[in-house]
Amino acid sequence: MTTAAQRKTDIGPPSYEQFLPPVIKQNYGRWKYHEILRPGVMVHVARSGDKLYTVRAASSRLMGIERIRRFADLADKYCGGYLRFTSRHNVEFLLTDQSKIEPLIADLARLGHPVGGMGNAISAIVHTQGWVHCHSAATDASGVVKAVMDDLHEYFVERKLPAKLRVALACCLNMCGAVHCSDIAILGVHRRPPRVQGGLKRICEIPNVIASCPTAAIRPATVNGEPTVEIDEANCMFCANCFSVCPALPLADPLNDGISIWVGGKVSNARSEPTFSKLAIPFIPNNPPRWPEVVTSIRRIVEVWAKGARPFERMGEFIERIGWPRFFQEAGIEFRKEHIDDYRYAGLSYKRSAQLRH
Amino acid sequence: MAQSGNNGTPLLDELEKGPWPSFVTQIKEQAAKNAMCKDLLALLERSYREKVGHWKHGGIVGVLGYGGGVIGRYNDLPEEYPHIAHFHTMRVNMPSGWFYTSASLRTICDIWERHGSGLTNMHGSTGDIILLGTTTDQLEPAFRELTEAGFDLGGSGSAVRTPSCCVGPARCEWACYDTLHLTNDLTHTFQDELHRPAFPYKFKFKCSGCPNDCVAAIARADMSIIGTWRDDIKIDQAEVRAAAQAGLDIHRDVCARCPTQCMEWDGNTLAIDDANCVKCMHCINAMPKALAPGDDRGATILLGSKAPIVQGAQLSAVLVPFVKLEPPYRELKDLVQRIWDFWCENGKNRERVGELVQRVGLGNFLEAIGVEPLPEMLAYPRDNPYVFYEEYLEAEGDEGAAEPAAQ
Ligand code: SF4
Ligand code: SF4
Ligand code: SF4
Repeated sequence: MTTAAQRKTDIGPPSYEQFLPPVIKQNYGRWKYHEILRPGVMVHVARSGDKLYTVRAASSRLMGIERIRRFADLADKYCGGYLRFTSRHNVEFLLTDQSKIEPLIADLARLGHPVGGMGNAISAIVHTQGWVHCHSAATDASGVVKAVMDDLHEYFVERKLPAKLRVALACCLNMCGAVHCSDIAILGVHRRPPRVQGGLKRICEIPNVIASCPTAAIRPATVNGEPTVEIDEANCMFCANCFSVCPALPLADPLNDGISIWVGGKVSNARSEPTFSKLAIPFIPNNPPRWPEVVTSIRRIVEVWAKGARPFERMGEFIERIGWPRFFQEAGIEFRKEHIDDYRYAGLSYKRSAQLRH
Repeated sequence: MAQSGNNGTPLLDELEKGPWPSFVTQIKEQAAKNAMCKDLLALLERSYREKVGHWKHGGIVGVLGYGGGVIGRYNDLPEEYPHIAHFHTMRVNMPSGWFYTSASLRTICDIWERHGSGLTNMHGSTGDIILLGTTTDQLEPAFRELTEAGFDLGGSGSAVRTPSCCVGPARCEWACYDTLHLTNDLTHTFQDELHRPAFPYKFKFKCSGCPNDCVAAIARADMSIIGTWRDDIKIDQAEVRAAAQAGLDIHRDVCARCPTQCMEWDGNTLAIDDANCVKCMHCINAMPKALAPGDDRGATILLGSKAPIVQGAQLSAVLVPFVKLEPPYRELKDLVQRIWDFWCENGKNRERVGELVQRVGLGNFLEAIGVEPLPEMLAYPRDNPYVFYEEYLEAEGDEGAAEPAAQ
């Protein structure tokens, strides 16, 4: 065989089967029930009577290989080398020996990884790249998450909320990570229309650029004899679709970029149907490194819900019950014109009944 | 705390305080031995100071024969931050359910130590292992070592994106089909569509084992495959009583919260009118020891969810109310193929499948892919009378009208 022939392609991911611990292989599809034993620790009991203990710890999502190697060491020390990650960037250690739970948690604490995020708690914040690695970001991602989770830490390591709390952050409307169905969504927003850079025609296809805009705010233009585009600023809602297809239309702007906060979405079908998050706070300016205004606003929203919700009531179910006007009032949020939808189907969100609380 | 960069990182240092794991600490740890991470730290500090990012659009970079899997990234100040002038991301397709052995993680770490920044995301938004930051010349060597170790790249661009799933039957008693097996099977079946973008835009699969939808399939996948069941919820009455004794208010917190009010509790026995149960999972979540999904298990297939870009966000809508999902999943794959055929033929550039359905209308879309319309597909039937009938009757000898009015 030649070297070229040895280059492998399209092999796909390795089969998950080789990574399953024996207790899972033996009880695959035959689990009977589970119980949360303490914050961040649950046991799954199989029909065979076998038990699998899961210890869930927070990660920073952005991790160096040294830290992953430490996780591998812990997996070797406590669970035969088996571990997994969750869709929310938590790491889970899979144990069969109950007596190893406490020492594992102690080791994780020494490494700086709190254990929790299960049941009626906040889980880790799903998030995107932000200023660390994204061209489109209107805010940082990891820094905001770190500041918010430092503040809400108690709700991660304890189970004292009425229901689960799912928070997600996307650093722009592209929403890698589709945050739009979260109890609380933190969304980076631009507020200044794209500035057309010179020489646009050399790097972008003008018809593509025009077609990319959902509100038809981009028109062909000629500047200094060269074809380019111009932006009808009154029609721009800062979605950055144009920037996605054409780098010569940047929107990022330190004075006008920041964060919006959305609440009451969910994906689970339990009780109420899955639903989008709705706008709570239109804009908070970026205030790195710790975004204190974002942190306090979110805490206030969480506390209003934690105090007023009935058992099992998710954020959106709670707000539906008490009504949005009262939610705004209790959360101390000023209601503004921006709360009123003015895009497609906007009228669906208008209140068309006389059922109001006075 | 370690000093990094020429002037230190006073702003980022603030993010090393507090109980939550710090990404800054992670970057610093790598910066101590990797010049890329040192530059990254300095550039990020600058972004924190200036409140603006410094990354440019990706150019086309990748590995031979693939049209995706690598996200090209360049900073806009390459003279000042030369080690991250190129800082490309490799998306590595994770194993289904994100299960690993320590050995497999170490292998990936070793490869990334040799060929990249040593920084990762565990995991990216779509589910891939994200290897964050390397130079163009390292892509091919890293890819070669990854494939030698049994890993391959995930999707990017206008292609099938890396499918993902919940933990499913590996650990969850509620899984109504084998989410891991299906995800792995779909990923392997569609390797070409995943590695060589040929669609109008991206296409995502997400597989959740039950209506709790732990991987947010209904919000984040063009095709959302959500496990469910058709027969009766299994009840262990003794365990129901035990839950009540342990303090659960079954009437208030279970029955009254059932969306169809199909449960009754007389203090001794729980009765469920299963014909009216919509399989929401609430009661089962509330009493995991007492209740369980039935035995006739399968999935609901929903189509079209997406984030706002381009035309606005959507949740997926029901396409197949119930299907049994067993290997080799032929029925499902045929359906997928018919959807792709229609989308590739009719979709505009950057039009997701959900937006196409919205544009052509669900009725026309169903006709095109050969699926019968069903009332389960709707929240309610239309409430506007502007109906596009495609034909009308003509009295014999009526010469007045020629062709049916085209619309
Ligand atoms: S940001 Fe969006 S609305 Fe504004 S010009 Fe670009 S595409 Fe159009
Ligand atoms: S989606 Fe359902 S089956 Fe899958 S892990 Fe979540 S609860 Fe279990
Ligand atoms: S699963 Fe939901 S709809 Fe069905 S009985 Fe339980 S609570 Fe009611």
